[in-house]
Amino acid sequence: MEQPHYGFWLPPNISTHGAEIDNLITVLHWFMAVLFVGWGIYLVYCLVRFRERPGHEVAIIKEQAHFVLPKYIEIGIILIEACLLIFFSAPIWAKVKRDFPKESDALVVRVTAEQFAWTIHYPGKDGKFGQLKNELIDGTNPVGLDRNDPDGKDDIISPNMLNIPVNKPVIVKLTAKDVIHNFFLPVMRVKQDAIPGMTIPLWFEATQTGKFEIACAQLCGVGHTQMRGFFNVMSPQEYDAWYNEEEKSLLGDSAPAATQPSGENK
Amino acid sequence: MSHDTHHHSHGNGHSQGGHALPFWRKYIFSTDHKVIGLQYGITAVFFLLFGFSLMLLMRWQLAFPKQAIPLIGKLFTDDGVLSPELYNQFGAMHGTIMVFLGVVPLAVGAFGNYLVPLQVGAHDMAFPKLNMMSYWVYFCGGVVMLASFFSPNGAAASGWTSYPPLSVIADNGQSMWLIGMVFLITSSLLGSVNTIVTAIQLRVKGLSFMRWPVLVWAQVTTAFLLLLAFPPLEAAGVLQLMDRVAGTSFFLPSGLVVSGEALKVSGGGNPILWQHLFWFLAHPEVYVLILPAVGIVGEIMAVNTKKPLYGYKTLIYSMVFLGFMSFIVWAHHMFMTGMGVTMSTFFQATTMIISVPSVIILTTYLLTLWGASIRYTVPMLFATAFLPMFAIGGLTGLPLGLTASDIHLHDTYYVIGHFHYVVAPGTLFALMAGVYFWYPKITGRFMSDTLGKIHFWTSVVAINGVFMPMFFMGMAGVSRRLYDQTVYAHGAAAQPLNVIMSVSAWILALAQLPFLYNMATSWKWGKKAESNNPWGATTLEWAASSPPPHENFTTPVEVFRSPYEYSSNQKPLPQFVQEA
Repeated sequence: MEQPHYGFWLPPNISTHGAEIDNLITVLHWFMAVLFVGWGIYLVYCLVRFRERPGHEVAIIKEQAHFVLPKYIEIGIILIEACLLIFFSAPIWAKVKRDFPKESDALVVRVTAEQFAWTIHYPGKDGKFGQLKNELIDGTNPVGLDRNDPDGKDDIISPNMLNIPVNKPVIVKLTAKDVIHNFFLPVMRVKQDAIPGMTIPLWFEATQTGKFEIACAQLCGVGHTQMRGFFNVMSPQEYDAWYNEEEKSLLGDSAPAATQPSGENK
Repeated sequence: MSHDTHHHSHGNGHSQGGHALPFWRKYIFSTDHKVIGLQYGITAVFFLLFGFSLMLLMRWQLAFPKQAIPLIGKLFTDDGVLSPELYNQFGAMHGTIMVFLGVVPLAVGAFGNYLVPLQVGAHDMAFPKLNMMSYWVYFCGGVVMLASFFSPNGAAASGWTSYPPLSVIADNGQSMWLIGMVFLITSSLLGSVNTIVTAIQLRVKGLSFMRWPVLVWAQVTTAFLLLLAFPPLEAAGVLQLMDRVAGTSFFLPSGLVVSGEALKVSGGGNPILWQHLFWFLAHPEVYVLILPAVGIVGEIMAVNTKKPLYGYKTLIYSMVFLGFMSFIVWAHHMFMTGMGVTMSTFFQATTMIISVPSVIILTTYLLTLWGASIRYTVPMLFATAFLPMFAIGGLTGLPLGLTASDIHLHDTYYVIGHFHYVVAPGTLFALMAGVYFWYPKITGRFMSDTLGKIHFWTSVVAINGVFMPMFFMGMAGVSRRLYDQTVYAHGAAAQPLNVIMSVSAWILALAQLPFLYNMATSWKWGKKAESNNPWGATTLEWAASSPPPHENFTTPVEVFRSPYEYSSNQKPLPQFVQEA
């Protein structure tokens, strides 16, 4: 399996929305660099030209020169910041956090974080999640899925491995069982706190296949660093094959004829 | 109100004349603001070194994961490898100690206490006994924090932010952390009341508000921030303590399952509530850390450029506006908690607005340099370095303050780099500048120039070696607070940066040795300051003798002009000298 290239700058981006975030980060750093270099050149110039030395006198004592240029620079900074906020940051945020794709067009999964693992819960072909009951939680049933619930019979539980099809929106309903975690997919530019007592939706769409990592970005205890999960972006065919395989091992031969759960045929 | 300086004998009962007091009243349980200031200073420096040492140990694990710490590793664990448990404890306590026991007590407790009464021409703080109490409550808080390392499973390990539910289900060290915090907050509240009343009520004749030195403005703004922002955290600390020991569920939702077991709590609380209460303090706290530094740098620049500060009024208004705005930006620390568009837009807008006064402050200092005659004393070197370092700290706040770019950078090393640039090469450099600058006032002797320059140049290089790589590591997506980032593919790729940072941190530690040696030995053997005002400064503290006696001024002082004025023949015109 080929490894994505990681280095000392932004990791590769494989999401539909990530390019806009990367673009904003790049623009911001150019803006910061221009300001810093500008201030820096001015500072060094002053430090050299106005150093104390024989024959050099303070130029301005009583009547402070009134500098006009800094005022315009300041106004310029305000305008640029306002533009970055209004035309970049706020719209991107709205797109990522508010404008969700329709659930019928997307793959919907639940992700439950706990010390120190991720549990991915697929609703099965009926598209409905089975009921979760805390009293059912044990070593083999990390989220307490009720298999007696008709909706829960065909649900697939996948520990630490999020399998998704490429080029299809994925909606994750994120929660946590114990403490606050953070669901961070570096290559997908996705980051969201997983907070116990709350279920927070997020969405993304992958543009490339490959196997990548889920990282925890919020200190969650002694095993925080070990809380590594994986996500595998597959072609629709691969994804369907995996899904049907899981379904078959879950329901045995009584499973209905394999359909294509990724919905490519719709 | 301005006391008549000749009447030592009546007052609040504390004014017995310094020499008549027994040793323990004069130096231990003293009510003299200068002695208390020094007590704060010495204790804070101890804690700064202690908190720094914790990080020096953590940096071994970060640079060379799971390798035994050479020489001293066996003191901590059997195999000499820093365990993840200890790593988390050291991380949480590094943050707590540096912020609440180190930088704030040094910036506010030490510099504020020592200088504010002198700069407003007062004999002492308005409430000297409260001042003494403030120090000793702080001291108790420090002892509790240190003692927590010896509690059964060690100190608090949930980060300096102590987010529940993690902190509520944590070991007993967390309870001690909360108790310690209640002491520290109480101490800050007592101190802030004292600073505000002293600066406003005990001003000497002629000292109108617009004649206050920049440092007094900075300290008063800071005191208001402490006074208004700390109480919510004190309340929150008590609530979290109740969650831990009394079975309440202020911050615990229903249905928690920890390690497969349902947690037996009533539930119904909300972990986000803590974050709001915490950051309602902790964002103003950032300005508590930076404003005193801005004040110190202003004083030093005014003296060493030998010209008035440019735009004094603009500077003051900016500081006050900054203080005000700091109360409505707190939720930018919480963008990833599931915030909607409206809320996040509000908080990123306020965050952009707060960058404006910061830029103005920086601009006034940069413009002060224009046309100056810059005298490169050691304090001026540190004050000069503060400017670009603070600029980097401020600028890197932009990608974090805008929600969209924050998605990738939130809770990565980028954040750590950002706030350390503000607080370490920013505030700490300013505080070091302050130490070199006021040392002759405090002791009557100068610190060594040569040692000071060695300290400066090694520090300025090393500290950038520590923090600059953090931005690249954060860009690469490495989460903060990871015990071993090489677990992740992107973390392993960025691992070489960790080695650079760690080596720089150890060099930075060595670079502080000449400073400590200088501070200790110059007290007795430093070059004597030839006058009360050896730098040619213009503010009131330089009217007092060095060191100032008990009750500060032996002759009455009065203020005749603005803080930073120069005569037409380029001689400084101190505030306290009448003739033009």
